[in-house]
Amino acid sequence: MKRHKLSTRLWHWINLACVVVLFMSGLTISNAHPRLYWGDWGFAPEQAWLMVPRFPDWMTIPGYYSLAVARDWHILMAWPFAIGLLFMWIAMLVNRHFKRDIATARQEWKPAAIAGDIKAHLRLDFDHGQGKYNFLQKLAYGLVLGVFLPMMVFTGIAISPGMEPTFGWLVEILGGRQSARSLHFIFAFATLGFFIVHVLLVLLAGPFGQIRDMITGGRSYEA
Amino acid sequence: MKRRGFLAVLGAAFVAGCNKVAETNAGSKLLGAAEKWHEGAHRFLTDRKALAPEYPRSAISSYFRGNGSVDPQNGDYPQQAADNFDNWRLEVRGLVDNPMSLSLDNIRRLPQRTQVTRHDCVEGWSAIGEWTGPQLSVLLDAAKLRPEARFVVFRCADNLNGADYYESVDLIDAYHPQTIVAHRLNGEPIPVRNGAPLRMRIERQLGYKHAKYLTAIEAVASLDDIGEGNGGYWEDRGYQWYAGI
Repeated sequence: MKRHKLSTRLWHWINLACVVVLFMSGLTISNAHPRLYWGDWGFAPEQAWLMVPRFPDWMTIPGYYSLAVARDWHILMAWPFAIGLLFMWIAMLVNRHFKRDIATARQEWKPAAIAGDIKAHLRLDFDHGQGKYNFLQKLAYGLVLGVFLPMMVFTGIAISPGMEPTFGWLVEILGGRQSARSLHFIFAFATLGFFIVHVLLVLLAGPFGQIRDMITGGRSYEA
Repeated sequence: MKRRGFLAVLGAAFVAGCNKVAETNAGSKLLGAAEKWHEGAHRFLTDRKALAPEYPRSAISSYFRGNGSVDPQNGDYPQQAADNFDNWRLEVRGLVDNPMSLSLDNIRRLPQRTQVTRHDCVEGWSAIGEWTGPQLSVLLDAAKLRPEARFVVFRCADNLNGADYYESVDLIDAYHPQTIVAHRLNGEPIPVRNGAPLRMRIERQLGYKHAKYLTAIEAVASLDDIGEGNGGYWEDRGYQWYAGI
């Protein structure tokens, strides 16, 4: 059995491309109105809970200010992103990757176990614990796959006025359209936070082997 | 600073790559097609008569922001405004059997719909207001739309950056129950910044579809020969014609 299944590898790289384009075009969209509000409405600084800084051109798509072009990229890549995530969840449940590798066991949540896991990470020992992933890894992958990325899709649907006649309940659960927009932004940056930590740990854990295995699947191992 | 420089180079290279893809024939087609996929999904998931949310009066925003043209100075608009829009006419024309020219009084005497709805600008902000006016369907039925009509074009008095503002919708949105020709906002005549004396409400799409300073409603079979052929002022500047996303 390979270290990473084909479905995982395919999704990983397609998802990376989607997330990068969505994030960078999202920064242009943020620049169009760099204020965030709670509730149903908001348009003025006095209603904002956050004044977002202007993101410099080099980190945005299309690299200059064009809301129209940024929206083109954003709504195009939303499709492979959302469909890919759905595909990954179906694959993870069917091939038991989720149950076997990502779902946590109750004893892993004991404070002593968590403390031990953190200490091991601080020693840069990532291969501890039973199974493929240690507790913090399971937690991080679980959060990204189960919360951050799905919330990007749900909050994105909620801020589309054409979806609201059918998904009005979703907008209500999220606290109104401007709350949904704020959450869209918050989960985008939560995803960026994961991305930074993930890349950092791959670098620390031996980037060549890690990246090679995510492309080729890696060596066989005994499950 | 060095690391930041590295990131900037990486970012710029990625952006340059994306722009190269966008420049190719296939790339630009793909970017244009995504809008149609969203429109198809929305139309598939949502009944053509399904309503955008309506709010209680208590939810109305303290002030209703204006965007784009907020005080047109072209043509006879300033004079019309000075005359309290007493001489304003709204034409209903194009592919109709019974073209009409209506005064504001004619419009006020039609059956009215009042709705407290949320206005979502493409930039990202929202405001809630109460709008009153006849349903567009009432006007289209009175004008007897011809079967070859596929779109309804809205002509506007304002000239923005050298081009006349206009917009268009398909017949699904034209006949949507919340699509009204509004003449009142929050119980008062619409202020100039919000489109006096008449503006469209297309409640399931973004703000730029809600044409302000409305002078004519025109039924057409194709959008190709209007403006630059993309169906609206902002659409001619690259924005999506289907603005429900």
